[in-house]
Amino acid sequence: MLSTDQDVAVKRDLLRRMMLIREFETVVSKNFAKGEIPGFTHMSLGQEGVAAGVCAALEPRDMLTSTHRGHGHCIGKGSDPARVMAEIYGRVDGVCGGRAGSMHIYDFENGVLGMNGIIGSGGGLACGAALAARHRRSDAVVVVFMGDGATDHGATHEAMNLAAVWKLPVVFVIENNGYSEGTPLASHTTIERLADRAAAYGMPGERVDGQDVVAVLNAASRAVGRARAGEGPSVLEAITTRYHGHFEGDAKKYTLPESWPATGRDPIDLLRRALLEEDGVAEPDLDDDNARICQQIQDALDFARNSPWPAAECLLDHLFATPEE
Amino acid sequence: MAHVAKQEQMDMRDGISRALIEAMESDPAVIVLGEDVAGGAGTEEYDVVGSWGGVFGVTAGLAERFGRDRVLDTPLAESAFMGAAVGAAIGGMRPVAELMFVDFFGVCLDPIMNQASKVRYMSGGQVKVPMVIRTAFGAGLCASSQHSGSYYSIFAHLPGVKVVVPSNPADAQGLMISSIRDDDLVIFFEHKALYYQKGPAAEPGHVVPLGKCAVAREGADVTLVGVGRTVLTGLEAAGSLADQGVECEVVDLRTIVPLDLDGVLASVRKTGRLLVVDEDNSRCSVATDLVAQVCERAFAELKAAPAMVLPPNVPVPFGPGLEAAYMPTAATVTDRVLNMLA
Repeated sequence: MLSTDQDVAVKRDLLRRMMLIREFETVVSKNFAKGEIPGFTHMSLGQEGVAAGVCAALEPRDMLTSTHRGHGHCIGKGSDPARVMAEIYGRVDGVCGGRAGSMHIYDFENGVLGMNGIIGSGGGLACGAALAARHRRSDAVVVVFMGDGATDHGATHEAMNLAAVWKLPVVFVIENNGYSEGTPLASHTTIERLADRAAAYGMPGERVDGQDVVAVLNAASRAVGRARAGEGPSVLEAITTRYHGHFEGDAKKYTLPESWPATGRDPIDLLRRALLEEDGVAEPDLDDDNARICQQIQDALDFARNSPWPAAECLLDHLFATPEE
Repeated sequence: MAHVAKQEQMDMRDGISRALIEAMESDPAVIVLGEDVAGGAGTEEYDVVGSWGGVFGVTAGLAERFGRDRVLDTPLAESAFMGAAVGAAIGGMRPVAELMFVDFFGVCLDPIMNQASKVRYMSGGQVKVPMVIRTAFGAGLCASSQHSGSYYSIFAHLPGVKVVVPSNPADAQGLMISSIRDDDLVIFFEHKALYYQKGPAAEPGHVVPLGKCAVAREGADVTLVGVGRTVLTGLEAAGSLADQGVECEVVDLRTIVPLDLDGVLASVRKTGRLLVVDEDNSRCSVATDLVAQVCERAFAELKAAPAMVLPPNVPVPFGPGLEAAYMPTAATVTDRVLNMLA
């Protein structure tokens, strides 16, 4: 167990990560509704505990693959919110030069091997990245974020099997928010514990309360530790909930049952209350953290809004690394 | 009388194998993965009894030579290992993944189409994806409709994918070296019926650049463009047409992407006549694209309407009779050329 001082410091770091994601996506959602952002976008509001807890278990050299709902993964891992915001705005200062948009943030320097518009694609990519890491004698670990819906996808199962048979340093993190897009869990799978999928591939599968970010951190640290020690892949299922619809604009008339473990439990409120009531942290200190984060996101928004659109001249750039002759 | 040394012969499997060995010896980042690429060799715990090297034996011996860390048997799960090849390429390796038959792309198109071919473009050039997919294609082995397709037109349709189709062993060696050294996704098509055909061996270090067609036979009357096995069809037709006083120039496309359109146009401008012979599915294909591009660029210089000798628009059938009826033949090419000149 962590000592008390370290414990509080870790919790405050987790709270800051979650608040950063919350504020970032709240601003994206608000300005998407105003028509400022092209295309479409998917919020993870309510799921911040999973992104923050897992990313806090990672080292800078570690990597992750993400999903269509992955802003929190990128920012949680340490991507610059200003450059991610500019990318979502389609601007030239975006982390991909404004060529990728909300669903396809790539930030390789930060180990973000890509959000992905294709469900199930992350697992195979992660296996390869892990294989390459092993070849260069790195002990880096690769996390595969996926939703509950992706656990039905054949590509996910193939990747889990490959990771297991090659004993790769991969952690499959299932963010189970009870809905595959708009289809409830019971309509897309018959098993109740998605972590049980791990048994089919001979790897550990653990379920954790995704609204308890400290529990997520501890469980993720166990899985990451196994991977780093060469003990192979794991599955970590986090039960969570998303506040918004599948995409921004989805009126979300569907709800989770009261019995769903994450219902009515906000990961930020829970940790904030624990810090105030159990750890004796002064409220103004947390409010200061929050004010700094709000200012950081306001600055990110200003940066994105003021960045130019990419010039039409770059349309043909970066198709090939070795140019066509 | 001077002694003339008989030139060493090799088949296409030898050419590809030699290129793989050369690439793996010179660059530790090159790895080979796929189904049964080391299969038959047991496991590291068991005695190595001789790897298959895939169903056509192209990678035989590599596992013994380079070890299991660099020659990786995969589960029968193309989606996973093709995705892993993409991830490994992004991570700094140079994977050569074997897709046993190109017809199997249906179960692993996503890593190719939505990941490998787009990640560099979408990410604003943050990474490169230096990987090769080796795959067997083509009719002629009575392998029926799910093991006989060509499909390179489908991949040529995708921006960000390079497509290579050698017609002879030496080119296969030189093009494979270029493909492995290339910093992009290259799909390398190996015609099953050419694996065992002998040709002159290439020197070690032989390189054929991507994006350069070759004139396989010179002639002034008609340009015959082929790719892979249909280069041989064109050469056979050119031989019989020469007996009738018609000189055909046979152009071997060699790479479909990058396309050496200037090379094709140079020949067409010389002859004024174009016939494309191809065995891929006939609609929306490399052949139709080539004819369209030549018409767009050199219509005024054509002396006759361009012609295409292609299979009928059906899947490759099974038995020898139907398969022979399906394949473009030298006799058909000869007839069409004579019609063009009439």
